[in-house]
Amino acid sequence: MKLDHTQPLEYSTKQNQLNILGFWIFLGAEIMLFATLFASYFTLEDRIGNGPSGGEIFGITPVMIETILLLTSSFTIGLTVNAMRIGNKKAMLTFFVITLLLGLAFLGVEIYEFYHYVHVGAGLQTSAFTAILLTTLGTHGAHVTFGLFWGLFIVSQVKKRGITTETTNKSFIFSLYWHFLDVVWIFIFSFIYLKGMM
Amino acid sequence: MKLKWAFLSLSFFVVTLLSGCNLLVLDPKGPQAERQAHDIILSASIMLFIVITVFSLLIYMLIKYRASKQSEDYEPPYIEGNKWVESIVIGIPVLIIVVLSIVSVRSNYIVESAPEGYEEEPLVVYASSSDWKWHFSYPEQDIETVNYLYIPTNRPLEFKLYSHGSITSFWIPQLGGQKYAMSDMVTTLHLAADEPGEYMGRNANFNGKGFAENTFNVKAMPQADFEDWVEEVKETAEPITEDKFQELLEPGHLGQLTFNGTHLEFSPAPEGENGGHQHGNSEHDKNQHSSEEASEH
Amino acid sequence: MEFFDRFAIPHPSPLIYASMVAIGLTVIAIIAGLTYFKKWGYLWREWLTTVDHKRIGIMYLLSALLMLFRGGADAIMMRAQLSVPENTLLDAQHYNEIFTTHGVVMIIFMAMPFIMALMNFVVPLQIGARDVAFPRLNALSFWLFFMGAMLFNISFVIGGSPDAGWTSYFPLAGNELSTSVGTNYYMIAIQIAGLGTLMTGINFIVTIFKMRAPGMTLMKMPMFTWSALITNIIIVFAFPVLTVALAMGTMDRLFGTHFFATTNGGMDMLWANLFWVWGHPEVYILILPAFGIYSEVISAFARRNLYGYKSMVGSMVIISLLSFFVWVHHFFTMGQGALTNSIFSITTMAIAVPTGIKIFNWLFTLWKGKIEVTVPMLYSLGFIPIFTIGGVTGVMLGMSAADYQYHNTMFLVAHFHLVIIPGVVFAMIAGLTYWWPKMFGFMLNERIGKWTFWFIAIGTCVAFFPMFISGLDGQARRMYTYSESTGFGIWNMLSFFGAILLAIGFALIVYNIYYSIRYASRDIGDDPWNARSLEWATHNPVPDYNFAITPEVSSSEGLWDAKKRGHTLFKGPYKEIHMPSNSGVPFIMSAIFFVFGFAMIFSMWIVAIISAIGIFACMAHRSFEQDHGYHISVDEIKQTEAKFGGAKE
Repeated sequence: MKLDHTQPLEYSTKQNQLNILGFWIFLGAEIMLFATLFASYFTLEDRIGNGPSGGEIFGITPVMIETILLLTSSFTIGLTVNAMRIGNKKAMLTFFVITLLLGLAFLGVEIYEFYHYVHVGAGLQTSAFTAILLTTLGTHGAHVTFGLFWGLFIVSQVKKRGITTETTNKSFIFSLYWHFLDVVWIFIFSFIYLKGMM
Repeated sequence: MKLKWAFLSLSFFVVTLLSGCNLLVLDPKGPQAERQAHDIILSASIMLFIVITVFSLLIYMLIKYRASKQSEDYEPPYIEGNKWVESIVIGIPVLIIVVLSIVSVRSNYIVESAPEGYEEEPLVVYASSSDWKWHFSYPEQDIETVNYLYIPTNRPLEFKLYSHGSITSFWIPQLGGQKYAMSDMVTTLHLAADEPGEYMGRNANFNGKGFAENTFNVKAMPQADFEDWVEEVKETAEPITEDKFQELLEPGHLGQLTFNGTHLEFSPAPEGENGGHQHGNSEHDKNQHSSEEASEH
Repeated sequence: MEFFDRFAIPHPSPLIYASMVAIGLTVIAIIAGLTYFKKWGYLWREWLTTVDHKRIGIMYLLSALLMLFRGGADAIMMRAQLSVPENTLLDAQHYNEIFTTHGVVMIIFMAMPFIMALMNFVVPLQIGARDVAFPRLNALSFWLFFMGAMLFNISFVIGGSPDAGWTSYFPLAGNELSTSVGTNYYMIAIQIAGLGTLMTGINFIVTIFKMRAPGMTLMKMPMFTWSALITNIIIVFAFPVLTVALAMGTMDRLFGTHFFATTNGGMDMLWANLFWVWGHPEVYILILPAFGIYSEVISAFARRNLYGYKSMVGSMVIISLLSFFVWVHHFFTMGQGALTNSIFSITTMAIAVPTGIKIFNWLFTLWKGKIEVTVPMLYSLGFIPIFTIGGVTGVMLGMSAADYQYHNTMFLVAHFHLVIIPGVVFAMIAGLTYWWPKMFGFMLNERIGKWTFWFIAIGTCVAFFPMFISGLDGQARRMYTYSESTGFGIWNMLSFFGAILLAIGFALIVYNIYYSIRYASRDIGDDPWNARSLEWATHNPVPDYNFAITPEVSSSEGLWDAKKRGHTLFKGPYKEIHMPSNSGVPFIMSAIFFVFGFAMIFSMWIVAIISAIGIFACMAHRSFEQDHGYHISVDEIKQTEAKFGGAKE
């Protein structure tokens, strides 16, 4: 395996570079996925049938908590990559675990939020609006859930195998994924919650 | 000049060929269908010109540059491309597309608005589809028919289309093109008939098992005859009731039926406040029912 | 017993029972054969676990050919049913199922894998790469596609086929109007295959961007590679839309949501929009690689460089952009008003300009050439006139006001078949014949090949030209029968006759393969067509590592430069070659996907949950696995190269 020492570790092999470019393109596909969900959401937003509208069910508190948790986790995954670059394994693992814990907390609040929606009569089957709302939020939530498992696997690999070309590559790609989920959340926050509550 | 002459004679050839067959779409009996037939012939003629250009170039190249026509040691040259050739190849199609675009946009506005040149107000007919029938409601005359349509000639017709189930498409080829009928909104199709006669009408959009037979008969007649018919219906036909109408909606084929009154009174079309995203309370029970049904599956 | 009732066919017929028996017997024969000849190990080692792009390409090819005959059988039955008025060969339900599966199978499970086959086999060779960027992902792509295709095909004998058309418009495709599990098959099988396609898209973009031979800048890539690049970019942007649409459709059918329903705010038009936002780019996903193949073949057999390389690339880029802005032309008649229709009418017709540029560039490639009419060339030359007719009728359909008369009629059916058959199917056969010697080390018989061409070309014209006429005479598409008074009989009879010619043509392809396997010479050298691009610079058949030494090029026609201008392709000594190792995980994971899909279709939630966990377990295994591949030593390379008749240094 040829190593290019002028590059950071995660970029240092040909395969690593391919992986990172591939993941960027995958994120392009993810953008299309969420763009389609948003477009459908805007189309179905007013079609509430006999169910409640967004303004009637959105609560500001859980949404703000979720936003703060996810934004902070995006910051800590940045710190993780930073620690990884300077080769500080302990700091890297600490920040990584904090990121995952924040993600877990986010997920907890989101599950509570879903429970609340169903409780007030905004279930998946209520109307086109509730269906697309829960599907869009759920797709994001499923991505976070997937990320939690994935992140956990990477943490255990970094712990066991140290900071290598492979683990740095995986961690870096994970950080791209996590930032992406944060960006999606900002769109959800602005165009679903804020727009709905106004 | 020579090219222009050739082009004209070719268009003439296409027109005679196509109209010679007496195809429904090219045998228009109303202004909208006429406009569409005109567009079809025009675009077909221009396209024929392109087809002939391509064919001739291909034949020329094949005859002239076959390997068997050339000496053993002929080595084809390296040709990158030529600015002028490529500009022509881009320029002419662009011109053609511009011309067709202008025609297309103008036709769109013509086809989408009430036909001009008629004195009378348009006759409004609600045409709604269910599996696999058409219900025609005449709110002005307060009568309703199933699977057949009587219309006055020389008067604009305004069809309000919607569906009681899957998406269908209301089409009377000789009077004009089709338009979709859907369950959560009303679409409008403007037509008019210039000649009395019987025309074929059908649902053109696939909607399941009974699709092939999902047709209706159209009879165009002078205004006076139309009024006589309305009078006759008013005197002889049974009134339509909600129960009767629900029965009619059951999937199947019914043949031709005539009723006094329209179903719009108790089952309004999905327009205005009854439109797609604002189902009123009257729908509530039905919705409940269908969602329960869906969850059982 | 009640549990098993759901698997019964809702509308059985002797034909379906016969197919059940046939499928059963085939499976038994395959299993028995593999066991008898002790080939299980071979199958597993060499094919099921392979990550080699060449083998994956060949597996795509076999699946595509298989599906061609499945879809073709549907087509023949449709044409036979319509050949005379009031025919009773099929009833409405069976006809509906058959045209639905014909569309889905031909587009998603025949044309797609066919282009994947050629892309997989050819692109890495054309750019001088050892493999694709992610070989194992590539295997996963194939197996997901394959399992999706198999899942879709068993709908025929278990539970019932989808019957709402390949467009599957809601509410017709919803639970209330499509009560069998058929549409579940549609939603889930296409979803699984689509995931594979998306991964292929990512894989090939990275491969083409990052793994080209030294000297091959973007503007020095062979045209087929260019078309593959653009196609894969379209895939990455278009397929997620389908993913979402299918997911929403699945939820409507399985979880009682109201996305596309007629009640509770659902919107049937949303499905149509989402479907065609994917569906129209999909058309170009199919046709652009075909354009790439024609560019290669025409240039090779005109013995000339491709005319207007830059405008060829430019026109593909423009087509790919425009392809995302024309979807409304599939439903001009939905009542969106004159303004919207005008905009989409113009964008639609605008696509004719870049397409026209390509046609003229091919014609000018023939100019001053030295044209040899081989079988691949014959298909390319046949493509130009037929496709032009199909294409210009597309411009006519783009005139939205006139489209009110064409829409949903046989005119439309004639148009898209006359675009797709010469555009895609001809290209596939041309590419297959052209690259066959590279794949298998012998050539297909030219004489049988030419006969095949004439059957297929004439068959296409006879089958589809009459539909223009019957369409203008008011024959709607998808009607299972018509009355004699309509006068459609003669045109449909002609179509049936054309369909028979096509069927003979396709059967001849199989015969040609059989004949050539038996009788064709194996001594054909590395470059039997006297071609121009890099894939012909390596051995026949291609060794595992593709090129012993990475080639260096200075133009898009690396091999031609080497042959005519004294360019040296292979510089320097042999070096150790790194290769990816085989893996069974893609196959196993896809097999679990099959189970998952089947369980979802029949709402067997426990099985679905267990298999979903299985899928994630495979992904977890991949995360923890450390696989560095293996190396081929210099000695081994020397041995292999010597076996192929002398090292290429």
